[in-house]
Amino acid sequence: MRSALLALVVLMAGAIAATAETRTSARELLPPELQAQQADDDANPGMLWVTSGQQLWSMPAGANAKSCSECHGDATTSMRGIAARYPAIDAKSGRLMNLEQRINNCRTANMAAAALPYEGEDLLALTAYVAHQSRGLPVSVRIDNAAAPHFEAGRRFYFERQGQLNVSCSQCHDDNVGRRLRGDRISSGLPTAWPAYRLDWQKMGSLHRRLRACSLGVRAEQLDFGSPEYVNLELYLAGRADGHLVETPGLRK
Amino acid sequence: MRGASQGWRAGLIGLAFCFVPPALATEVRIATFEAVGDAIPAPLDGLAGDSTRGQKLVRDRETGNCLICHQAPVANEPFQGDLAPSLAGVGGRLSVGQLRLRLVDQSKLNPATLMPAYHRVDGLTRVAARYRNRPVFSAQEIEDVVAWLATLKE
Repeated sequence: MRSALLALVVLMAGAIAATAETRTSARELLPPELQAQQADDDANPGMLWVTSGQQLWSMPAGANAKSCSECHGDATTSMRGIAARYPAIDAKSGRLMNLEQRINNCRTANMAAAALPYEGEDLLALTAYVAHQSRGLPVSVRIDNAAAPHFEAGRRFYFERQGQLNVSCSQCHDDNVGRRLRGDRISSGLPTAWPAYRLDWQKMGSLHRRLRACSLGVRAEQLDFGSPEYVNLELYLAGRADGHLVETPGLRK
Repeated sequence: MRGASQGWRAGLIGLAFCFVPPALATEVRIATFEAVGDAIPAPLDGLAGDSTRGQKLVRDRETGNCLICHQAPVANEPFQGDLAPSLAGVGGRLSVGQLRLRLVDQSKLNPATLMPAYHRVDGLTRVAARYRNRPVFSAQEIEDVVAWLATLKE
């Protein structure tokens, strides 16, 4: 009886692992020439934002005239692997923060600088620059302890049917991956490319802008950039992308 | 592809929603119907459908947007989805009453269906303000689309 139970647990764990492994980056759904363009830093338009973020990194800002680099030094070493662990719980406030919010928190709390507007060029650039330092590293977010209720809330949001069209994230991004929604192929919903350059927008955009586009698609309320619901969802997406490699800056249709 | 008159109509509806409480807007009304087995045999509100209008609704991305998931035998529509069964021949496979029930609320047959209920407003979550308390299709639009689908015999 006990061995049968153990076998069942092993079988179930295997099934879950297989699901995680079979998820693939939306990059693989792109035509080969766009995949090649993402892979080539000289051709990937998202690199313009990364470069702009690199300049901002060492630019003084706020009442104390401090820059990111004054405390964090060379981002290529100090920020390596950071984005792969976000969203994360901020130890001081106990709040779940994504990378954009962490950058703004650092500005307001440590630099006496104003928070940068979400989806503005500067925050996109800094976020892209910091995330880029994790390119090629596996996503590995904490989903235990204080993060657990956020992960669970994100999971519930993901599986809840919503909007006038009454569709859940999962119905597309688990059940119909690779199929066509109009001309676009449905991805596995991995958040590993963001901020990403989207051809549809002709510019860089955040994951939350992409989530808002999905909300609009099912005719659901578009939540605010940085809203707790989207940050929780971001954590769930990162958790289900465990082990997948960060790609920032991604290129998407 | 949207004509000027459609844009004008959409603008008017937008205006109406700025100033008219949703409860007073005519779009809110849901027709009562009687399901028999897996069909709604009688036309909603006794209305007659217009298949030409029906085809327009099926293609229109702002209303039916059926081709986001379905393929259909229509010209000049290069981007058609493939999440759902093709609509080709659906008028031969299903009766008019069966088509009507599947459009009005497919979840009555299969609660897990991906197909949205096109004539229902209750039991929905987090609906965007501009769509709240409005079905995707009015009773007339349901009848129009049913009329067009019924023509797809092959």
